[in-house]
Amino acid sequence: MLAWTIYLSFAGALTQALLPKERAALSRWLALGVAAAGLAMAVAGFVVGMGQGRMTIIDRPWVPSMGIHFLLAADGISRVLVSLTGLAAVAGVLFSWNIEVRTNEFFAFFLALIGGVYGVFLSFDLFLLFVFYEIAIVPKYFLIAIWGSTRREYAAMKLALYSFVGSSMVLVGLLAAYATAGSHSTGLVALGHANLPVSFQMWCFPLVFTGFAILAGMWPFHTWAPTGHVAAPTAASMLLAGVVMKLGAYGCLRVGIALFPRGLDPWGFSFAGIGSWRDVFAALAVIGIVYGALVALAQTDFKFVIGYSSVSHMGFVLLGLMTLNQIGVTGAVLQMFSHGVIAGLLFAIVGRIVYDRTHTRQLAELGTMHLSKRLPFAALAFVIAGLASIGMPGFSGFVAELQVLVGAWKVNPWWDVAAGVGIVVGVAYTWRAMQKVFFSDVLPSVHVLEQEHGHELAAITWPEVSGVILLAGASLVVGLYPKILLDAIEPAVNALLAGGGR
Amino acid sequence: MSGFPILTLLTVLPLIGAAIALASSKHARNVALITALVSLALALVVWTVWSGSRAIGGYGLIERHAWAPSLGIEYHLGVDGLGALMLVLSAIVTLMSVDAAHRVHHQPGMYFALVLVLEAGLFGSFTALNFFHWFLFWELSLIPAFFLIKLWGGARRGPAATQFFVYTMAGSVVLLIAFLAIFVSTHSMDFSYLTLLASKGWLEPMVKDHIGPVMPWLAIGVLAGFAVKVPIFPFHTWLPAAYSEAPSPVTMLLTGAMSKMGVYGLLRIALPLFGTQIAQMRTPLLVLAVTTVVMGAWAAAAQKDLKRVFAYFSMNHLGYCLLGIFALAVPTGGIGTDTAVLTSQAAALNGVILQMFNHGVTAAALFWFAAIIQQRTGGHRGIDDFGGLRKPAPVLAGLMGIALFSSLGLPGLNGFPGEFLIFRGVFPLAWVAATVSMLGLLVTAAVILTVIQKVFTGPVPEHWATFPDLHHGERLALAPVIGLMLLVGLLPQLIVGGVNPTVVYLLAHWRF
Repeated sequence: MLAWTIYLSFAGALTQALLPKERAALSRWLALGVAAAGLAMAVAGFVVGMGQGRMTIIDRPWVPSMGIHFLLAADGISRVLVSLTGLAAVAGVLFSWNIEVRTNEFFAFFLALIGGVYGVFLSFDLFLLFVFYEIAIVPKYFLIAIWGSTRREYAAMKLALYSFVGSSMVLVGLLAAYATAGSHSTGLVALGHANLPVSFQMWCFPLVFTGFAILAGMWPFHTWAPTGHVAAPTAASMLLAGVVMKLGAYGCLRVGIALFPRGLDPWGFSFAGIGSWRDVFAALAVIGIVYGALVALAQTDFKFVIGYSSVSHMGFVLLGLMTLNQIGVTGAVLQMFSHGVIAGLLFAIVGRIVYDRTHTRQLAELGTMHLSKRLPFAALAFVIAGLASIGMPGFSGFVAELQVLVGAWKVNPWWDVAAGVGIVVGVAYTWRAMQKVFFSDVLPSVHVLEQEHGHELAAITWPEVSGVILLAGASLVVGLYPKILLDAIEPAVNALLAGGGR
Repeated sequence: MSGFPILTLLTVLPLIGAAIALASSKHARNVALITALVSLALALVVWTVWSGSRAIGGYGLIERHAWAPSLGIEYHLGVDGLGALMLVLSAIVTLMSVDAAHRVHHQPGMYFALVLVLEAGLFGSFTALNFFHWFLFWELSLIPAFFLIKLWGGARRGPAATQFFVYTMAGSVVLLIAFLAIFVSTHSMDFSYLTLLASKGWLEPMVKDHIGPVMPWLAIGVLAGFAVKVPIFPFHTWLPAAYSEAPSPVTMLLTGAMSKMGVYGLLRIALPLFGTQIAQMRTPLLVLAVTTVVMGAWAAAAQKDLKRVFAYFSMNHLGYCLLGIFALAVPTGGIGTDTAVLTSQAAALNGVILQMFNHGVTAAALFWFAAIIQQRTGGHRGIDDFGGLRKPAPVLAGLMGIALFSSLGLPGLNGFPGEFLIFRGVFPLAWVAATVSMLGLLVTAAVILTVIQKVFTGPVPEHWATFPDLHHGERLALAPVIGLMLLVGLLPQLIVGGVNPTVVYLLAHWRF
């Protein structure tokens, strides 16, 4: 059933490309239908898979001479992330309802990107996973370059280059692993059992991990993320932050950690408290958390605030992965879901609900617009999203970050101290943005404003309301009842860490 | 009543009310009134039902379900005498606040919805027995409070709201970190289980094994988290701005009910888990408590604005609670057995709990009167702005006088028995602190008399000659509150009788 998420998305993309240009409404409804069907199948797959381990969906030889299979399968981690992708897809379509330029092409690229993402999360063959990973890069480039804003060519190029550098690192590592293993299969499970030599894992792990982590926004390779997010049209930034960054983190876990576990062993010497690749990447993750938060605090562009916040929150995912214990890695996967939903919501508010009406993203200018009165729905939505983002208990982010912190504490409490600083700064930048944009005190009256601007702000539309409810609701449900996802994630993480997932 | 989730119902009810209030902007106040009344009725049911099984002293009306087991998170609710009394107090104060707020012109639906969400936060935090569950509501109450100040407050509401939020949030982060450390060491976030560990003296070694000798630091962190909320000197600086800039009905909620969350936290979390550490830090903590008492009183003496005077009164009165709490942490290296000490501790603890209730009612009433005066004068609330109001408005003067005297601690009114019990308990345990605090009592008395003199006696300025007295609606609304003050003042047993078994139970489980 889950495989249909992939096929359907690509079929939808193809159909969109063939649709006549002027039928924008048809394109929208078709895209919404495809995305909703994908979400329905993802959720159905999630429910059916409850309590089950890894389930193979389809396994066909593809390039038999090289042992490459078209092998799709899903374990708890995949199911959670596929559901996230479904949510992000539906929300993305809802918040793109006002795209009027080349609507059908837009949704074609959008659905192709979604199909690629589904594919990565469901592939259990390295080669296949890599193919889907690459497929996802191309539509991103066009979405930004054609429908983007601020410095879109530069941002699109930067994003594509970073992605390609990352994936070529991954490719080198994977080919080396394939050759070294001497195996006749590129299946993740088969390679995991290949007992790669420790010295090989020692250099291959950092290569592959870094390659994937670039897309997860790991400091100092994060710089594509803020510029890319800002330049992208709303739906694309929602997908970039919401699911594409998760592709990187997922690759780190599914390929990096699962195939090269010994690469995390201590080097046998230590320098300034750093004695293994694990320490190195944990340190980078923590730096990312704090750095992203501090830079977000200094931004004057609303969208950049959210862009840098993504770097900070993805730091928690990487930190959770580096704990290598059940609670920390579970927290990392939950944080992938949580950040996917929350970042999507934040970008939707900034890009679609606010920017498309005010045509400015400067905090100072937005502050004079009396937005809490003129767009009370936007203010309410941002308050909810902001609370979720700062990790308020009751929202998914709290549980996820709590698990990461607990897991990290068991390894090295100092990581927690530094991450705690990041959380406090996170409260500060979110609060600053909220105050400046929605609740600025120095205000002319609404009347004067409307005369100045000559028109009222367009009313909030139903796709926006439903999108906000969908995403905020998901974060709230998971925050109040994390067991829904934890029951799926925990066994899968256990299996993966124990080696059974390899 | 076993099996019926009355505590869950109590918490959910205001949230439903909030949704309805939001939807029916026009009738929002009536919706809020009805919700608050029903909540009060339910809270009284909880109080009586719990009292029925009070001989045990432990938790009653327990609801327990799995939530997120791997994180030690459970849906675990229950009340003892302390919790049940706080539920009643929250319900009373919310009702008073809604009653007092009959002139909300700007977005009334949102206003009353936020008030009801705040009530749900209070109920939730007073019934939760699991850290996560409790923390959820602790934070939940912060959000509506922030927006109530921010959107409906006075001229300088922006900075006041931000300061309030930042202080409390910083306190929360510290609390969270401390509990993270405890969770990592014990794999539990359950208050009763952790209390059991601590009372056997096992908590500290466990933390030491897992993390190191950080228990005193955790104690300081937890204390700081609560100190902000109460507030304790020197964490109080957010208070005058927040209390005076918030609309008066909101201040009633802040001081009447929310400040009790801090004191409650000290009793429910800090003393049970960190009793030993608190006992070791007893002297500096007592100094802070006494400073809070005395400074609050002197600062009140220096104010010209009625609301600021009352704000510092609040600090002063909660200072007595802190005095009682820290004084009873006598370092004994175990669970106390000395009868004389236990009697004093029980007196002090009973006094503290009674004082929490009384201060809630009295402080809320005082801010209500401030709101009434402000309404009539178009914003004037300086104590020098008035004079001789006794003549044009005798009923107002009389009722407000009773509330002021209750705040002063006049025997026969509710303020007295609580403070008396606290001093009765504290004197044998820490006589220096008790004596110095008496100074605070004297200063407060002087301030209250000055206020009465300046506002109600003397010549009537010409423009106040037609100052309208309380109309029937207001008299009707205020009468039960004043009646409650008299009732508790004359029959403190009504409350102490319900609370005492809990006090005995708690003292038998606290290790100092």
